[in-house]
Amino acid sequence: MRPLKALIAAIGATAAIATGVTVGSASASAAAETIRIGDINSYTRLPAHTVPYRQGAILAIEEINRSGGVLGRELELISHDDQGKPGEAVKVAERLFDRDKVVLISGSLFSHVGLALTAYAKQSQKLYIAAEPLADALVWAQGNRYTFRLRPSTYMQAAMLAAEAAKVGDAKRWATIAPNYAYGKDAVAAFQRVLTALRPDVEFVGSQWPALFKIDGGAEVEALKRLEPDAIYNVTFGSDLAKFAREGRLRGLFEGRLIVGLLTGEPEYIDPLKDEAPEGWLVTGYPWYDIGTPAHRAFLDAYQKRWNDYPRIGSVVGYNTMLAIKAMFDRAGSTDTEKMVDAMKGLSFEAPTGPITFRAIDHQSTMGAYVGWTKLRDGKGVMVDWKYLDGADYLPSDDEVRKLRSGG
Amino acid sequence: MADFIVSLLTGLSSAAAMFLVASGLSIIFGVTRIVNFAHGSFYMLGAYIGYTLVQTIGSTGIGFWTAVLIAAVAVGLIGVVMEILLLRRIYKAPELFQLIATFGVILVIQDVTLWVWGSEDLVGPQAPGLKGAVSILGKPIPEYDLALIAISPLVLVGLWALFKLTRWGTLVRAATQDRQMVAALGVNQRWLFTGVLFLGSALAGLGGAVQIPKGGADLLMDFNILAAAFVVVVVGGMGSILGAFWAALLFGILQTFGIQILPNSTLVLMFLVMAVVLIFRPWGLLGMPESLLQIPSGPPEQPLRPALPRVRALAGAACALLLVLPIVHLVFPEVVGTFTLVLVIEIMVFVLFAAALHFIMGPGGMVSFGHAAYFGGGAYAAALLVKFADAPFELAFWAAPLGGALLAFLFGWFCVRLSGVYFAMLTLAFAQIAWAFVFQDMPGSVLKTFGIADEFGTPLKITGGDDGLNDIWPSPWASTRISYYYITVGLSVAALWIMRRLLYAPFGYTLRAGRDSPLRAAAIGIDLTRHRWLAFAISGAFTGLAGALFLFSKGSIFPTTLEIARSFDALLMVMLGGVQSLFGPIFGAAALTWLNDLFSVLSYWRFLLGVTIIALVLLLPQGLAGFADTRPGRRLRLARPEETGA
Repeated sequence: MRPLKALIAAIGATAAIATGVTVGSASASAAAETIRIGDINSYTRLPAHTVPYRQGAILAIEEINRSGGVLGRELELISHDDQGKPGEAVKVAERLFDRDKVVLISGSLFSHVGLALTAYAKQSQKLYIAAEPLADALVWAQGNRYTFRLRPSTYMQAAMLAAEAAKVGDAKRWATIAPNYAYGKDAVAAFQRVLTALRPDVEFVGSQWPALFKIDGGAEVEALKRLEPDAIYNVTFGSDLAKFAREGRLRGLFEGRLIVGLLTGEPEYIDPLKDEAPEGWLVTGYPWYDIGTPAHRAFLDAYQKRWNDYPRIGSVVGYNTMLAIKAMFDRAGSTDTEKMVDAMKGLSFEAPTGPITFRAIDHQSTMGAYVGWTKLRDGKGVMVDWKYLDGADYLPSDDEVRKLRSGG
Repeated sequence: MADFIVSLLTGLSSAAAMFLVASGLSIIFGVTRIVNFAHGSFYMLGAYIGYTLVQTIGSTGIGFWTAVLIAAVAVGLIGVVMEILLLRRIYKAPELFQLIATFGVILVIQDVTLWVWGSEDLVGPQAPGLKGAVSILGKPIPEYDLALIAISPLVLVGLWALFKLTRWGTLVRAATQDRQMVAALGVNQRWLFTGVLFLGSALAGLGGAVQIPKGGADLLMDFNILAAAFVVVVVGGMGSILGAFWAALLFGILQTFGIQILPNSTLVLMFLVMAVVLIFRPWGLLGMPESLLQIPSGPPEQPLRPALPRVRALAGAACALLLVLPIVHLVFPEVVGTFTLVLVIEIMVFVLFAAALHFIMGPGGMVSFGHAAYFGGGAYAAALLVKFADAPFELAFWAAPLGGALLAFLFGWFCVRLSGVYFAMLTLAFAQIAWAFVFQDMPGSVLKTFGIADEFGTPLKITGGDDGLNDIWPSPWASTRISYYYITVGLSVAALWIMRRLLYAPFGYTLRAGRDSPLRAAAIGIDLTRHRWLAFAISGAFTGLAGALFLFSKGSIFPTTLEIARSFDALLMVMLGGVQSLFGPIFGAAALTWLNDLFSVLSYWRFLLGVTIIALVLLLPQGLAGFADTRPGRRLRLARPEETGA
């Protein structure tokens, strides 16, 4: 008898959870007055990046609702984990539209997840606002009517760094180190292209490609030293960056060399390094502690009050995404997908980081990035001498963009 | 020369943590025959616990090393808890079944770690007294690297002394050779196993703790080390500690020099080496031939019999339900929404995938750890045909089963010569090579070497790397949810039926004969290698079919469909459903896909899923399909009464 009882108990427990879940979503759908936004992100795979995103988004939603919502209704964010798998994300999107009756989807961090949702948005003719994925293809080769992206892309951020790097020093021999996957490859290719165009005299002497999050720090540093470069372009991030920075310092790799780091100044990546944060690197990042504009001040205060934590780059992207959605509703005056898409094209709004426009030509926003130099301050890495570069200035020409969009 | 020495030392130091983890895994496998997937999680726990301890007591040299040792012991105790509460209850289950229990443990540990330590990467503090670098031939090398280089030989000597000089060690060695004999001599195996789990887990914990000054602790460590640890153990020879030592050194050094010569090789190097070693030395460098290792397994499997009337009726009812579901959807859209159809499509894809894996795993006794290669490989074949030949859906679709079969045919030729865990690891190696092939877009790189590239000299995108291939949808007639639903259900049910027929035909009998008694099968003139090879290719074809259905339901394909995690998903489905029943994979895939969807709306869904898996493992050690053989199952006339056995 024992197995039967146990099995019945197990089935009972599962059924209870199932009912709970179903009832939970059913009762939510009873409140039909809210406008629902489906949020898909890798909450279990990379929580360090996606949780700040969600916190930023929730803060914006709460502020929007407090000031009257949109179209006379409240906004509601339905968050769902995609487990970092593109196939799962597509399934979740179907679930959100069918079961949760969302009117659009937003979010995602990984490029491949973003690209899968891009293809889905095109096929199902639903609006998808990509928040964080960086892949250039998302708005170019794979770009379509139903997909828009907020964060500055790989190309834009690499182009900003290359433009700044061209201005400083006279480094001729460049080496690169980047994680061995599409983002790393694209980031290196874009940097090489822009820097070579600005400084035809530079030479790229070699590239190292450690596996993502499996870097062998010591070995990569020794390999870079053998190339004897004047300057190094770093695309590693996360635990790879920590290992690379420590080994590089101990083994004297950085001495007398110009180091340029993509995303290295973002709090997500530089803060875990604490007092070992590299000094004197030229990086893109987010110096939330020093941005003095009133709009950013207000955002910073509200964020710290709501979450008792400081914002990361993900937070500001999440916040801006929801602001964009509000502006879009105000302009569209409807939750009809085609009207929303038309409203997204050329949509301008004010964000804590400055004015942003979603370009009609390729659906890329002009949100920019902060470029500056790393420095240790009170035992942690910060950015100094930084400036905000508008994304609009670091995109290829319209002709080129048109070619890229039709070429895919 | 100085560069060479420094690189060599760097390689030796990176071998240290690898050796510690691998030796623990090897010891556990050697004695208990458990493939412990949770080993990577123990490594991660060692890093997290070590980090916390180092933060509190590790400001001095003595404090630091004490913290490292305490972390190792703590992780060892966690291993003991797992053994007593979980593994001890399922030693009698079918071969390799324990690995799904340890898989459940992985999920639980992931969420517990996230909950306790938070999500931010923890960068480890440097070891006190070893913060700087020393100059060797004028080149700086971190002091801690030298400490690490000293640790592995110390541990190796310590283990040698433990196994050679103590009574406990003698018993462990005896149990590695012949468990039954040790039991017959009156040794209490339970405590022997518990002790072994402690030692093995503590070594994993030690590995995690000593690498803190080289890295730190993050939530992806468990899976990141797991595959590498298995590779080291297998190349060294399962159960051989000395083998693990040499293999770790080999990989440490190879890695260091490999990335200087071929910077792009970081993803495949280990797996390529493993494939080569296994092809020439099928039991690893210092391992024992599989035939000398007795694999304990549960009660002998019952011969295949036609299904009982009640079972047939249930299967028929399930098919009928699948057929009418879209009609219910049309009439009552609130009851059965579009998403329900989408979910059923997904379930059927994984049912087919799991059944195709089970085809060789159950009746064939070939446990593949790399079946995602044929799932994703097939899907890529179809996707490439659409992208570059503009093939219509109706044609491209069939490229997937064909591609899956061809790939399995190719890889299978090497694999089927091996058996047991070595077979599994070689399939894993090939899957990883296939994964790297699409992930790094090797066709694009090859074309570039022939001068074919875009205007900037960047390689052309063929497989698209991890940006994948997008926008691949069925023809308009097939792309509505309902028509695609019928395509999926129709093809997968037909495929299941064909596989079942094959297993009930002489082909299937021969396959099982080869599994149960290779010697006797060979003696009556069966070319076993060829038969297994053919079965492998057939399984590849059906797996590829599942890949095609997956591809056209999602509209895009990424290298993630070939990755290890996907292979393990399928393995988990088969195991959870029950290896010994042809219905097992169906139940397993359906249950797991459904549970995954059910729980994924909750924050700590991995914890829940892990606990559910562990509970199912404990309740039904024969898998879900094993329910039929329990007393209530027989009372419901799902199994023959005379097959009680007990």
